[in-house]
This record gives sequence, structure tokens and C-alpha cells, in this order.
Amino acid sequence: MSEPIVSLRNVSRVYAGGVFALRDVNLEINRGELVAIVGPSGSGKSTMLNIIGTLDRASTGVVEIDGYDLGKLKDNDLSALRARRIGFVFQHFHLSPGISALDNVADGLLYTGIGLAERRRRAEAALGQVGLNHRLAHRPHQMSGGEKQRTAIARALVREPMLLLADEPTGALDSASGEGVVQLLLGLHRAGTAVIVITHDRDLAARLDRQASMHDGKLVDDRRRSP
Amino acid sequence: MTALLEPPRLLPLDILRLALYGLRARPLRVVLSALGIAIGIAAMMAVVGISTSSRAQLNQLLSELGTNLLSAGPGKSMLGEAAIMPPESIAMIGRIEAVESVSAIGSLADAKVYRNDHIPKNQSGGIAVFLARLDLLGTVSAKIAAGSWLNEATSSYPTVVLGARAAARLGIGSNLIGQPIWLGGRWFTIVGILAPVSLVPGLDLAALIGWPAGERYLGADGDITTIFVRARPASVDAVRSLLARTANPEHPNEVEISRPSDALAAEAATDVAFTGLLLGLGAVALLVGGIGVANTMVISVLERRAEIGLRRSQGATRGHIRAQFFGEALMLALLGGGSGLVVGWLVTAGYARLQGWPVDIPLWVPAAGLVATMMIGAIAGLYPAIRAARLAPTEALTAT
Repeated sequence: MSEPIVSLRNVSRVYAGGVFALRDVNLEINRGELVAIVGPSGSGKSTMLNIIGTLDRASTGVVEIDGYDLGKLKDNDLSALRARRIGFVFQHFHLSPGISALDNVADGLLYTGIGLAERRRRAEAALGQVGLNHRLAHRPHQMSGGEKQRTAIARALVREPMLLLADEPTGALDSASGEGVVQLLLGLHRAGTAVIVITHDRDLAARLDRQASMHDGKLVDDRRRSP
Repeated sequence: MTALLEPPRLLPLDILRLALYGLRARPLRVVLSALGIAIGIAAMMAVVGISTSSRAQLNQLLSELGTNLLSAGPGKSMLGEAAIMPPESIAMIGRIEAVESVSAIGSLADAKVYRNDHIPKNQSGGIAVFLARLDLLGTVSAKIAAGSWLNEATSSYPTVVLGARAAARLGIGSNLIGQPIWLGGRWFTIVGILAPVSLVPGLDLAALIGWPAGERYLGADGDITTIFVRARPASVDAVRSLLARTANPEHPNEVEISRPSDALAAEAATDVAFTGLLLGLGAVALLVGGIGVANTMVISVLERRAEIGLRRSQGATRGHIRAQFFGEALMLALLGGGSGLVVGWLVTAGYARLQGWPVDIPLWVPAAGLVATMMIGAIAGLYPAIRAARLAPTEALTAT
């Protein structure tokens, strides 16, 4: 249990043309930890989230997720890691239009090889967890922004991930809806999931246990809230 | 610690669901791009179906009429004159063992037929006058359309049975049975009209009178122009080889033997070239349809980059993305091909019914149509599917 869920050692990410999105970042995140990654636009927050989420590979350095050295994994293994360990929440929800909230959430299990009936059963439970039992049959366009984001969170947590990555989860929401989403994330953290939140919102960041500040691709500050 | 992770899995049934979901989301575009394939398949199916149905009709006709009819006509003599066969030849042919029935007609080249005696001499209408034996009808499988055939009594008197086209040309319908027409310079009474004779179309434009009547009233000499022979089906070739020598032992080379059913069968082969042309057109439509599907899929991949990114973040492998888009292209093609088969069948059935043919579509036609459809879907879907799978997940997710 002492092994960190996320470990970045001397990680850099260089894009074509020599642009450094990340420079020599070292970061360890423990299991069950709740971390905010803050910083101005272009500071490398999203790049770091993509690398932690195994959607992108580091140019140099070592990235370990749940003990797996990503540099040694093939593309299909990275997909497996995402399917079995990691949940994503996006600023713009990315719900499929035209299908119900229940099926959107059930799709979170699509690549685990579980049959449709069981996927729907678990999706219903996950929607209950985010307080949307009354919205099972609603389609995305029939729901408010907050409800959509809660549906998206249900879709991420239906896989019971060890690590939840949220990219500006409240960015597209009004403050009341945003607060509901924050409460959900805090609840997940209390239940033992490691949660990493990228945010511009200083107030939100201040409420989390740990804040990692980025600037120009470097990790410039990493502080834990005094208990 | 690095125990192997359980690999992500996508159930086959879910690939099907994903493909259907992708199509349902854009119904109009799906219908339009499936239309090309539908038209191609329908065209090819109808062309082949109509052609095979027509052949089936012909085969049915041949099996009804029989392919065992032989005719022996006079060729040219050594000096180039029209040859004739002696009257005894009928009896001689009848003694060939495998012959079932024999009949004959004799031409009266000088006799002309007119509606009445006021018609100018040169408007004879090209109707031939034949002396006919009473058993002619059964031997050539002819049927009476109106009135009756000649019999022992009427064949000795000035009575006539008209072929179908001859009756039409003279303006004589069933209501004019019993009326006289002007034949060979005297009045003959119409006793019957023949239905079209498929095996011997020459009888359609003819006036048939009894042999005794021809000899008594028109001075015919009894020479035979054409002998019709029904042979036992198994012995047709054997009879054929004996026929010339038997019909005219002195000059067997002056006898021309033919098998009337061969002409009908040859007719069936003539439309092959036309069928080929239409099939080519169908193939072009199919090709254009395939390009339409490929185009739709390429656009779909571009539009759905966010969806692809999301699926990758949920654990989809490149293979899963490829399978999804490939399956979607196949379904799209199948939708077009399936409706094309239905339309093609309807067109074939409708046309065949209109012509009074049996509907005959061999099983390989829809099977080949489906295979062609799947191949086109596969070819059209391959490139877009590979493109979708190659998309980097991060690029896909930021594409909104």
C-alpha cells in the first residue's frame, strides 16, 4: 500500500518543433490521495494529465502507474490499464447524444467484456451513487449541465477505478452545479479513490488536500494542506 | 508487482450494437449513401433475374412443345430448282421404328389469298397456301384458337383454316368463322383459326386447306414440301440421320433436315450481349455506391474524433476502434445491398408477371449480391477504420 499510484521521475514531453510541454517533472501521488493541479493556461497541466492517464507518452523520464512502467507497455496494455484502473472526467462531459443516461454510463464498461444486462445493472447503481436515479432514461440534451457532469462521473466510476482524472470538471458549470460535482469528487476520495483534479479555480484547489502548481511545464510548487 | 493486466475486451455483439448506433445517429446520410449500393445490386439482380426468368419460360415452352420434332424440307436440286419429295415418303418415314408420328404440308405456290374478290391481285399479303394432312396439328403441337380443324369431310371441300398472323392480316376474327374468303380464284369457307405455332412460325402466315380439296379445286399434284416428324426423344439423332435417305432415296442431298426447337433455343442466347451491358452498368452503380460509403465513413471519422478519444480513454484498443468503424461500413453496405436485393426481386417478379413468365431467380444471384456487398463494404470501410484507429487519443479528445 505504500507504493504510489502515480510516479513521475524526470518526465519531459517535447512536441514536434522542440516545444517543451513538460520539463523534468518529478511527482508522486499516493493511493487514495486527492490532488489539485493548478496553473495558468499553457503551463502543461493537461499534458501532465494525459501522461498520467496513459493517453500520451513521455518523451523522456519514467512514468509508473499502479506500479506499471508505461515505457515498457504496448499500446494495448495502456488500453488495458485505462479500462481497469483509470477513470476520466472531462470539462465538456463527452456524453453520447441520442442514448440515455443509463446507456451512457453503461458504455463506461463497454471495453471490459461484460454483457449488456450486467453493464446496465452496474450503471444504474453508479447513477444512484451520483444521485441521478430519476434520470436513467433521460438523454443528454434533456439534462442540465450539472446532471450531465454527474452522469459523466458515474460513467467513470462504474469501472471502479483506482485513479480518477478530472480535467476542469466544474469549468462549464454554474457554481451550484459545480459544488455538487465537487462534493461527489470529495466523496470518491473518502471512499479510497485517488482523485487528480486540474482546475483554474483557486477556491476549489484550496479545498483539496494537496496542490501542485505548474508553470511553463515545470512543477513549481507542491504543498499539502496542513491538517 | 507488474502482474499482467486483464486485457480490454469488446464483445462481438457490442461491435454490432456500436455499428447500429453509429448508423442510427445519422439516418439521412446513411440512407443516401446506402442508396448507391442498393441501386447497383437491384440493377444486377433484376438483369440476371429477368434473363433467367425468360430462359425458364423458354425451357417451359420447349418442354411443353418437345424438342423431338424434326422437319424435312426440300433443298435445292443440282440444277438450282426447288426440290420436292415424292408422296410415298410419308409412308416410308412412318416405317422408321423410332418415329412417333409423321405429317406433311405441300405448298401451292400459285394460289393467293384475298379477303374477297375485289382486292387487287398484287395485295396478296404474303400469305402462303399449304395443303395440310389432318394429323398436322398433333405433330407440330399446334392449337386451334377459334372454330375447328379440318376433318375427313371438310378436307375434301373448299374450306380453310387460317394461321394466326394470316387471320390478323386479313382482318378475320372468331366472329367471321363460316364466312368465305377468295383463295386461288374461288371461294373457300373459313372453318378455323390457329393459335400461334411456336415451333413452326411459318404456319402462322399461312392458309391451310385439305389435301383432297387442293387436288380437286386447285389442281395440286400432291407433292410434299415439308415433312414433320415426331421422333422418340431418345432417338432424335438416329431418326435425323435416316430422314434424308428415307424421304428422298434418289436424291438424299436435296432434303434439308432441321430441328425447329433449335431456333427457339438460339433465340434465348441472343440477349446475352445485352445482359452483359446491363450487368456492367449495375457494376458501375455498385462501384459508385462503394465510393459513397467510403466517403461517408471518412467524414464520419473526422466528425467523431471526440467520440473516438472518449472510447480510447475508456479502454478501447486501436483494434476495437477499427472493428467499430469497419463494422459500421459493413452494416451500411449490407443495408444498401439488402434493400437492393428486395427491390431487384420485386422488379424481376413484376416484370416476369407482366410477361406471363415464371419467376426464376437462381439462389446464386442473391448470394453473389450479398458477397459483392460485403466485399464493397469491407474495401470501403478499411481505410476509414484504419484512420480512426490511428488517431492519437489526446488529439481526438481536444478536437471538440
